[in-house]
Amino acid sequence: MRKTLSKILSMMQGLFIVLKHAFRRPITLRYPEEKRELPVRSRGRHYLTKWEDGLERCVGCELCAIVCPSQAIYVKPAENEPGDVHSHGERYASDFQINMLRCIYCGYCEEACPTGAIILSNEYELSSYTREALIFTKEQLTEKNPGDSGRDPSREI
Amino acid sequence: MLSLVTIILIKSLIMILLLMTAAAYMTWSERVLMARMQLRLGPTRVGTFGLLQPMADGIKLLTKERFQPAGIEKLTYWLAPGISLFTALFVFVLIPIGGTIHIAGYPISLQIADVNAGILFILAFSSLAVYGVVLAGWSSNNRYSLLGGLRGTAQMISYEVPMGISILTVILAAGTLSLSGIVEAQRHHWFIWTHPISFIIYLITAFAETNRAPFDLPEAEQELIGGYHTEYGGMKFALFFVAEYINIIAVSSIAVTLFLGGWLGPWDLPVIWFALKILPFLFLFIWVRSTMARFRYGELMNIGWKVLTPIAIINLIITAYFTLV
Repeated sequence: MRKTLSKILSMMQGLFIVLKHAFRRPITLRYPEEKRELPVRSRGRHYLTKWEDGLERCVGCELCAIVCPSQAIYVKPAENEPGDVHSHGERYASDFQINMLRCIYCGYCEEACPTGAIILSNEYELSSYTREALIFTKEQLTEKNPGDSGRDPSREI
Repeated sequence: MLSLVTIILIKSLIMILLLMTAAAYMTWSERVLMARMQLRLGPTRVGTFGLLQPMADGIKLLTKERFQPAGIEKLTYWLAPGISLFTALFVFVLIPIGGTIHIAGYPISLQIADVNAGILFILAFSSLAVYGVVLAGWSSNNRYSLLGGLRGTAQMISYEVPMGISILTVILAAGTLSLSGIVEAQRHHWFIWTHPISFIIYLITAFAETNRAPFDLPEAEQELIGGYHTEYGGMKFALFFVAEYINIIAVSSIAVTLFLGGWLGPWDLPVIWFALKILPFLFLFIWVRSTMARFRYGELMNIGWKVLTPIAIINLIITAYFTLV
């Protein structure tokens, strides 16, 4: 008898817990209109950053391509010729491609980079109608102006 | 004679339209309320507050491909949703939603048919409702459906008994089987105050009669895919659900008629009082659905036969003693 009573009581309690939740604010985000503010250090699409003077940080060392566990990065280095200087080092990346379909967003490339050229931003809306469009080229990856990617262009690494 | 028939036909038509709209908007309110209780938003896209969602759903279901599985029993397969809907709608022929009003000199009673054994008629028709479930389960040549149909039969038949007995106490107190008579007998005090145990038993059995959570064993999505309506799609599937929602409104209106004084209330606002009294019941159905887990089959039968039936019988005997002696 006491057991049955406590069972019925707990059922009633459950009902009122549910009712209490009806007056809380829903946690749903209406996605295309409202977007989630991601944590600063969350990893999204890549950027190739620049120094304050507008030169590319990437020196074409290929460490990112080597460390990449899913082999998503392709770097084609070239020598900086006098009169055609792209970076502060001897070499620069004449071509730089990242296959966003292969990338697992582990952030190893960012850690391996000796000049802090490649970074992972917070942008996560990476969808496309074709596979080809998701192989990002150097033009797509490089930030237009220093600091466009959200990182301070005067930082050391 | 002709005008009488016309009036009844018009009343029935209005009733059907009202009920269909009410069922459509019950799906909307169920989705919104359940979403809020689970910290979600529910439908908000179609129209303001998602109010046009039932229309969109209806159009979608009507334009779906018409299919039927192989090896079915054709006639019963097509008939079963109709039986469900018909039995659900039929209850409203007998329920008084108001007294007599005068429109253009004609006295019009807001009850389609005042049968002198109305409550008996309602019980008979709510028993027939099981045919929709069991025939759908049996004819669609699918084991899940058959299991759902069988469960539905067992559940509805075993909960019919305590429901009938709990209603008997009200009949004893009112001294009549006519629903308008029962409403009239509650002009001074509602039967919920004198028969609270009957009311609680009726409420529990009402959940089982309408196959709603926590007694939704015939359609248990987790174990039986969809139970008796697994093989149905498009509007045939929707008919089962319209029938379910109309059934919820029906059992709520029976509860209001028998225990809460029907359409009577302060000032003379017949239909409005009736609607206002139904609403808490509809909310209760949704509220319970979003809270309770489904009972096991054995538990269900235990509650029906070992708990509700004895309590209902004892309650009936005590009521009979106090009423008649």
